[in-house]
Amino acid sequence: MSVGIIMLVHTAFDRAEQVARHWAAAGCPLVIHADKSVPRDAYKAFTKAMSDLPDVRYSKRHRCEWGTWGLVAATQSAAELMLEEFPDVRHVCLASGSCLPLRPVQELKDYLAERPHTDFIESATTADVPWTIGGLDHERFTLRFPFSWRKQRFLFDRYVALQRRIGYKRRIPNGIVPHMGSQWWCLTRQTLSAILSDPDREVYDRYFKRVWIPDESYFQTLSRQYSRQIESRSLTLSKFDYQGKPHIFYDDHLQLLRRSDCFVARKIWPFANRLYDAFLSDKAGVMKRTEPNPGKIDRIFSKAVERRTRGRPGLYMQSRFPVEGRENGLTCAQYSVFEGFGDLFENFEAWLARATGTRVHGHLFAPERAEFADGQSVVNGALSDSAALRDYNPRAFLTSLIWNTRGERQCFQMGPRDRIKKIEWDIAKDPNAQISVITGAWAVPLFKSNRNFSEIRQEAARLQRAESKHLEVLRSQWAKARIRIWTMAEFIEAPMEPLQTIIDEIGQQNLRGLAEVPKMADLTGFGQFLQNLKNQGMHPYLMGDFPVAHDPHEPQHNKPKPYLVQ
Amino acid sequence: MGWLSEAAKAYRLRWKRRRLLFRAVRKRRQLHPVKDRTAKISPDAILVFSTVRNEIVRLPYFLEHYRRLGVAHFLIVDNDSDDGTRDYLARQPDVSLWHTSHSYKLSRFGVDWLTWLQIRHGSGHWCLTVDADEILIYPHHDTRPLAALTGWLDQSGRRSMGALMLDMYPKGRLRDHPYRAGDDPFHALNWFDGGNYMIRKKPDLENLWIQGGVRARVFFGDQPRRAPTMGKMPLVRWHWRYAYVSSAHSLLPKSLNRVYSEDGGEMLSGILLHTKFLHVVVDKSAEEKRRREHFANSALYDSYYDGLMENPDLWCDGSTKLISWRQLEAMGLMSKGGWV
Repeated sequence: MSVGIIMLVHTAFDRAEQVARHWAAAGCPLVIHADKSVPRDAYKAFTKAMSDLPDVRYSKRHRCEWGTWGLVAATQSAAELMLEEFPDVRHVCLASGSCLPLRPVQELKDYLAERPHTDFIESATTADVPWTIGGLDHERFTLRFPFSWRKQRFLFDRYVALQRRIGYKRRIPNGIVPHMGSQWWCLTRQTLSAILSDPDREVYDRYFKRVWIPDESYFQTLSRQYSRQIESRSLTLSKFDYQGKPHIFYDDHLQLLRRSDCFVARKIWPFANRLYDAFLSDKAGVMKRTEPNPGKIDRIFSKAVERRTRGRPGLYMQSRFPVEGRENGLTCAQYSVFEGFGDLFENFEAWLARATGTRVHGHLFAPERAEFADGQSVVNGALSDSAALRDYNPRAFLTSLIWNTRGERQCFQMGPRDRIKKIEWDIAKDPNAQISVITGAWAVPLFKSNRNFSEIRQEAARLQRAESKHLEVLRSQWAKARIRIWTMAEFIEAPMEPLQTIIDEIGQQNLRGLAEVPKMADLTGFGQFLQNLKNQGMHPYLMGDFPVAHDPHEPQHNKPKPYLVQ
Repeated sequence: MGWLSEAAKAYRLRWKRRRLLFRAVRKRRQLHPVKDRTAKISPDAILVFSTVRNEIVRLPYFLEHYRRLGVAHFLIVDNDSDDGTRDYLARQPDVSLWHTSHSYKLSRFGVDWLTWLQIRHGSGHWCLTVDADEILIYPHHDTRPLAALTGWLDQSGRRSMGALMLDMYPKGRLRDHPYRAGDDPFHALNWFDGGNYMIRKKPDLENLWIQGGVRARVFFGDQPRRAPTMGKMPLVRWHWRYAYVSSAHSLLPKSLNRVYSEDGGEMLSGILLHTKFLHVVVDKSAEEKRRREHFANSALYDSYYDGLMENPDLWCDGSTKLISWRQLEAMGLMSKGGWV
């Protein structure tokens, strides 16, 4: 009893010959089908080169275009020839010219000899596995496809749309249940001959000629009718990219292919000398009794599909530049924005860095320069603090910063003095942003400053306008960030509670509660300062209600220590 | 009326492309063959097109690198070199060489000349259009030759691939790192700016306009608009009707500029390691400043040349050291896309 190999070739004949000799040397009879579009000279040279092999036959040539009936017809002719010419054959494997045996052929023969009645063919119903290409799954079997998907895409799509609109549906003959799967199978003589000599074959062939990609469904469906025992998996390792095109294996995949323990792999790059040398040198050596295990290397390929279709969120680069809404997240990691905290507390940045262990920047969007942590002029990725570069493309600045520092949470200050017009929407819409705002706190530096009151009044009016516009953005329905807003009056009533909440949410190490509190600016006389602004006709309202007479705020050190969460 | 303005744009661009091709055909008279070995080009050969001027220092490594990747033939225009470049190239068995002494700038920075050569010899081939100081790398380039890459691009239905120019620089002043022709330039030039790139999409040609890198950081910190363009489209399966628009940054027809994905996925892309900052650049800058052949408004770039002539140290704390292509891929400067 032996294993017969059907080989479909259309190019790279030197490799096909090399593999064919390998099969033949192990005693496997071969039937070779060469695509009809192969030039006659090339075909002749190929058959001549192989003329010394006794158990090789050539089947009737069909034109094989991807996704068309030709591939099935070619397989049928070759299979008929195989069954007829080599009565000894019990299992027939379908392979292509770019398939490469990964394990000694004898192992495959032994493996099949131990399972004499098992058909290895991946075969699943469309309901179970969503193998959709071009948006078609079950419709492959119920519509007609007279046009080529590759060459006549426009007509193909139009015709599908038309059939959908008028509700056209083909009848599936004899109530068979369409199954799909890898086109590389290994069937027993019993099953294969039953399919080929079925009295209804005429009916099935006529039906499948108009099915889309019949080579993935003809044998897969019909073997379900006759097989005694189906193992729904392919002995050939083949992986597909997101377009449904096969992955190609190169020299650097050698270890990967070894690890898979599969018998055959497809598709091998014809110039992968190292692979051909390694796998065809067939050192009989120790026989492995292991089961093929393509699952071991699956992760690599599913990751590649994800990389191609979803990409790395938060990355903007030369070959990934998503339009708005398709980013899968504007930035790649969470970050915190603090507004007003630096004004209200004297040592806020240093305190925050100590309390959370994150990187705390100053005002990144300050008009003069990007105030990176520790006064640095460049940070990771050589991102410069130049205001001109930053303002040239603020979104690139922010996303680069978060991308370059992934693994380390970033915090920065923002305020109405900063150049935030071009970036505030981006931040507000970014679910990765945690924005905490104390409104009106910008008045504290003014209150402390030694400037003329008319100037202060003007500046206060400007900042209040800017912040109230900014708050509109934060409160809009499109804002997706985690946003907390307090008025200044509200906040200083009980400052530790919100601080604790924010810091818990940042969620780094800090399990013991806040050991230390930031030092609040001395606000004695702040109420009067606000009243003076009011008296000048400029009504500061963003800071909430501050009584004029006595200060609501008691200096920090008189307060009891804040309670500890946990 | 969206489709109408689209159609008008397409029509305008079609004429623009024809104009560029016509220019190139006209400029063919400026080229004088020195050594024409193009008869040796086989149908599936991968070709390199380049315009050079006084690159005797960089050429040995340049040729070696691309030969190693499997480039079969180099088609080079020598723009009046006087340092032996011409003789050196003429001696190479896989180089076809043309000479011209006409203006580089008026030839759209050499593009017109190369377009003519591409019309003649490039059609149907995968063509690499690179300068002598650009070393193309791509995912798996150490184990897979260019033919594997182009085969994968063919299979994926792509006709072009983008590459980001990555300015490489040494740690310390440029002159402190002398370079000998033929050596690996990235022994000394092994630092780069890894994460300060700024991208916007050009509305007309739909290419990405990428700026950033060390030159933007050091020389154009106050006028970012003038910072050099870092995105290129060096690898194209050529057709004689194609044309580069501005250097190798953008192409017509504009569908060739679609080397990026807009739905969140990543497409396969490469990197052009830029060896501009070898020690020779310090002296060469004086000459380039004088010749005014490298920028459309050359006077605006005087301070850039002045900066380079001062033998600067481009390194900073945020610089990244080059380790491997896998590092560049992990940093997101280029992408494997779906190519495992």
